[in-house]
Amino acid sequence: MNIIVLLKQVPDTETQIKIAPDGKSIVTDDIKWIMNPYDEFGVEEALRIKEKFGGEVTVVGLGPKRVTESIRTALAMGADKGILITDDALEGSDSLAVAKAITAAVKDLDYDLIFTGQRGIDDDMGVVGASVAELLGIPNISLGIKVEISEDQKTVTVNRPVEGQTLVIESSLPALITAQKGLNEPRYASLPGIMKAKRKPLEEKSLADLGLDASEFGTEARKVKILELTPPPERAAGKIIEGETPQEKAAELARLLHEEAKVL
Amino acid sequence: MYFNEDHNALRATVKRFVDKEINPYVDDWEQSNVPLHDLFKKMGDLGLLGITYDPKYGGQGLDYWFDLVFLEELGHCKADGVPMAIGVQTHMATPAIHEFGSEYLKETYLKPAVAGDMVTAIGVTEPEAGSDVASLLTRAVKDGDSYVINGSKRFITNGCQADYVTLLARTSDDPGYHSFGLFVVPTKTPGFVVNKKLDKMGMRCSDTAELFFDDMRIPAENLIGEEGEGFIIQMKQFQHERFYALPGAYVSARDMIDMTVEYIRQRKVFGKPLIAKQVLRHRLAEWVTQLECLKQLTYHIVRMKMEGLDATREITMGKLFAGDLVFNVAHGCLQMWGGMGYMNETLISRKFRDSRLLSIGGGANEVMLEVIAKLEGF
Repeated sequence: MNIIVLLKQVPDTETQIKIAPDGKSIVTDDIKWIMNPYDEFGVEEALRIKEKFGGEVTVVGLGPKRVTESIRTALAMGADKGILITDDALEGSDSLAVAKAITAAVKDLDYDLIFTGQRGIDDDMGVVGASVAELLGIPNISLGIKVEISEDQKTVTVNRPVEGQTLVIESSLPALITAQKGLNEPRYASLPGIMKAKRKPLEEKSLADLGLDASEFGTEARKVKILELTPPPERAAGKIIEGETPQEKAAELARLLHEEAKVL
Repeated sequence: MYFNEDHNALRATVKRFVDKEINPYVDDWEQSNVPLHDLFKKMGDLGLLGITYDPKYGGQGLDYWFDLVFLEELGHCKADGVPMAIGVQTHMATPAIHEFGSEYLKETYLKPAVAGDMVTAIGVTEPEAGSDVASLLTRAVKDGDSYVINGSKRFITNGCQADYVTLLARTSDDPGYHSFGLFVVPTKTPGFVVNKKLDKMGMRCSDTAELFFDDMRIPAENLIGEEGEGFIIQMKQFQHERFYALPGAYVSARDMIDMTVEYIRQRKVFGKPLIAKQVLRHRLAEWVTQLECLKQLTYHIVRMKMEGLDATREITMGKLFAGDLVFNVAHGCLQMWGGMGYMNETLISRKFRDSRLLSIGGGANEVMLEVIAKLEGF
């Protein structure tokens, strides 16, 4: 069973995000980059399936050279090979353009399953997975929290949470599944794994290598334009309700909810 | 400048391990014990317990920069007793076996320690012999194919849970340093008695024991190196122990400073954040300067080790400097926390208690000074 995992590199969740002077992008100088956590669930799931059924796991990333580090992390966890799609012309591309480039890179590979995160934790668009599935013409199953491959390896059953219930979806293979939190607990990259990862194949592909026209990518070609980035409003200070007794405090709380917050 | 992609990957793994497998549990462990078999097995599976050791025995065969990265990240543990327990396993009880042990000892005792299947302890200190190691009284007498050991050891980290203790004992009454043997002592041996877990001021999650040996018979092949050379071998092993303490010291002290700065930014006194006081900002600036010095000395030691040079002098200086520095930082930070710092619920309170040990354990500051003075010919 050959599996492809699509991964994105995103700012560490602990990073303080600063908006760049152009008002449309963020300052990337001091950012620590990590593998998108949802994609990591995809890597883990792919490795578990590989351990059960055999086959190969190929990790595909897109972006500047630094994305290599995240691909290596996946290789250190146990993936077999990596592909980095990197090209200056890709800078500023929107989700659809990214999906097109990824599709070009994976369409001729031999695969039964594709995993990716349900969304990137940076832009929160959640579009690439479904777009790649559409462009490849294979089923897309979103937000998987449980994935089971049939014994004959012909179908996959995926659990997806919906409004407190679980939707169980069966699909033929190949299919694309986007991973949701709860799917698994990703393993650590072990030290022997880290050292082995260096010797695993990692190919780089430019847009030209993929037979794509650079003018369809980058900021200028965006269908979704970013007009402005603004920081979320600062949280206002909380209010401590004073009072001698619980009754007094409760009465004051009720009054404030009614008169100030106007929710009662 | 110092680290490559592989070092960074190891750093990420250890950081995550500390964040997920250690720090969420330390409050509980402080009330009880670190479950060492469980923790070490997880670390062994990740290849973290024998970073510089020979791959033949499960080690990774990597250089001291990897070791440094590992130790730096362990410095972020929220209770120093955890890295201390790990350090005993990797830098205090096993280096002598790796360096001087027979093939049998490496196969039987080093391999399982590296894999995390066995927990180890180092038995040097005794009631009558602390930093003055040569005055120890525990005695090993050769009897045919065995040694019979009698005596006791005190303040033995990991002592209650250990599967074996690397034990220094006297093999003859001749004065001088050639009257000792270093032994691997399985704790299941009849005559091995764990008296109790000791109640300490700090490092409370650490399992620190008092041990007794009553006609304990161990195979003669459990001697590490030659009889009579135990003291010399242990002095070499101490270099690993003392080096282990350095990266964690400057990382832990930096964490104390960071948490304190965060607190005094919010803490308002006389209408202004406490951090606006120049005297406090200068104090912080002085500490980070000293921490940078310690870090650079440590990096220099790593370079010396990489070149195969004897770094005894520098490691001793580092241990001395680190012992004072972490306590000064802990003490000074706690002062900035004021009454809150005196509450057990704040981490700085634990850090203060834990940090007191560094200038005592692994050779007291006064002994470090004596070593340096001797090496300098004073």
